[in-house]
Amino acid sequence: MLTQSRATVENYDSSTDFFPDMTRKRMPLFKRLLIALTISSGALVATGSIALAAEGDFDAEGAITSLATATNLLWVIIGASLVIFMQAGFALVETGFCRAKHAAHVMTTNFAIFGLGFIGFFFVGFPLAFGGFSYGAFGLDAPIGGPLLGSGEWVFLFKGGWALSGDGITPALLGFFLYMVAFMDTVATIPTGSMAERWKWGSFVTWGFFCGAIYYPLFAAWTWGGGWLSQTWSSMNLGAGYVDFAGSGVVHSVGGVAAFAGAKVLGARIGKFDKDGNPRAMPGHHIPMAMLGTLILLFGWFGFNAASTFAATDVQFATVATNTAIAGAFGAITAMFWITKRSGKPDPGMMANGMLAGLVAVTAPCAFIAPWAAAVIGIIAAVLVIESVFFVERKLKLDDPVGAISVHGVGGLFGTLCVGIFSNGSYGAGWNLSDSDGVKGIIKGDWGQLGAQALGVAVIVVVIGGIAYTFFKLQDIISKKMGKGGIRSSEEDELVGLDIPEMGVYAYPEFVKS
Amino acid sequence: MKLITAIVKPFKLDDVKDALKAAGVQGITVSEVRGFGRQGGHSETYRGAEYKIDFVPKVRLELVVDDSSVDAVIAAIKASANTGKIGDGKIWVSSVERLVRIRTGEEGPDAI
Repeated sequence: MLTQSRATVENYDSSTDFFPDMTRKRMPLFKRLLIALTISSGALVATGSIALAAEGDFDAEGAITSLATATNLLWVIIGASLVIFMQAGFALVETGFCRAKHAAHVMTTNFAIFGLGFIGFFFVGFPLAFGGFSYGAFGLDAPIGGPLLGSGEWVFLFKGGWALSGDGITPALLGFFLYMVAFMDTVATIPTGSMAERWKWGSFVTWGFFCGAIYYPLFAAWTWGGGWLSQTWSSMNLGAGYVDFAGSGVVHSVGGVAAFAGAKVLGARIGKFDKDGNPRAMPGHHIPMAMLGTLILLFGWFGFNAASTFAATDVQFATVATNTAIAGAFGAITAMFWITKRSGKPDPGMMANGMLAGLVAVTAPCAFIAPWAAAVIGIIAAVLVIESVFFVERKLKLDDPVGAISVHGVGGLFGTLCVGIFSNGSYGAGWNLSDSDGVKGIIKGDWGQLGAQALGVAVIVVVIGGIAYTFFKLQDIISKKMGKGGIRSSEEDELVGLDIPEMGVYAYPEFVKS
Repeated sequence: MKLITAIVKPFKLDDVKDALKAAGVQGITVSEVRGFGRQGGHSETYRGAEYKIDFVPKVRLELVVDDSSVDAVIAAIKASANTGKIGDGKIWVSSVERLVRIRTGEEGPDAI
């Protein structure tokens, strides 16, 4: 995504733009006129410019460019819609993997996070992350603001367009906002999985605002917004700088480390470990729901990844979509074999986690790799996620009801590194406004890119993870100081199920017996 | 009059019902129950962690019959619910002191 952040208009590569070529073909005058008329009316709708039609001299190339821009913006909105639909997927996965007595609570966290994160992002998050961003392909010709903290290659935060007001609020900017708010909400909803069944509502609400306003925008500014990590190609001579096509790092790892931090601060659910510290299974109450959610996520992922080209005229989106599906397919089936080998049966939950791990891991490299690499990434991610679930539970003694730490954290960090391993140099020229002629990993003998990716991984784990841990820990300490008992629900509430104590309703009133 | 109670595997319920109807039984009451016997539940894995299902789902049938049909009813249940595998369930018989049909007020064997 955000290939050429900041002032990219001149960098917008018209070789990937297939429309202008069509205009140069010779056609009979009448046909040309007819096409021109059609296009100009299309352009009219797109740009809202009446002047174009009123001109006697028709500028075919200009009209087609503006039509292409409009189509690209449409692609962004379609992508945003698909990614927002992923909220339904997350809600179903997490609720299905939790127990019936908490189902209303878990579902409602997933429901509310959309608005909570959204509001934080609307007021301050978006400007902090993307105030300096522009991308001509879909009509965002100039950034709405500029650096807030730092300068040159070392920008840490941006500003401009607070609460989506002021000058420069164009349809292109708003479309871009919608796309990015969907990504932010994905981050925000990841910890609701690892912290499910024992997280107090008030603490969750605070997290939602915090994630949308500050937590996600930080790393987003450093990478996609054009901040310091994206400029490491120049400041540290590392490949094309930190590259993350659609967010294995920026979205999934950032959410994953928060999931880890939250689970660590909360502690395990009552009964998760026996007195010797051995993990006990706490089966989810609705496996079909969780698997339907996984399939919805797969569907939404095509918006997440493919639309991250920000341009329908950049046909690389087809490569991206297919690589995404390949990794998901190989991930699910590898998980099936691996968990059968480990525990005797093809555990449905692990198959779902395997598919998601493949999808998460391919998200960063999907535009830069060959299909075989997408398959390899899916396979490795699935094995990693299962082993990670065991490791988190048996060695770290952490309780993650849905596997969010393993899927998003481990899968995401692995995917981030994959950019520096499997990228074949066929795509991504000028990424991050660098002089790179295509993103190259070690399979092409270039170790610089892996360096940039490793730096990104280290920053996510240490800095972003540290921020998340500090946030939850501080919240817990403050809440205890205020006599409210911390961010974890009381033992009694947890045992009866959070549905009634927290939400006041049962998810399934006809079935719940105490 | 005897009350016959049988615990059977849930998937055998239809077979048992058909066998009892064929044996001339007029009505049965069925409930979904959970429990364990000599096997003591069984183990499964969820996300790689083993867990024990202590109480296995079963179906409980209850029917009141005339003394003369007890053997036939037991035979019917035994034949239809048998899989030969552990966990097929049990049948027990207890005496019924009084039986009333609510609608008509009939009592005793007439109410069966």
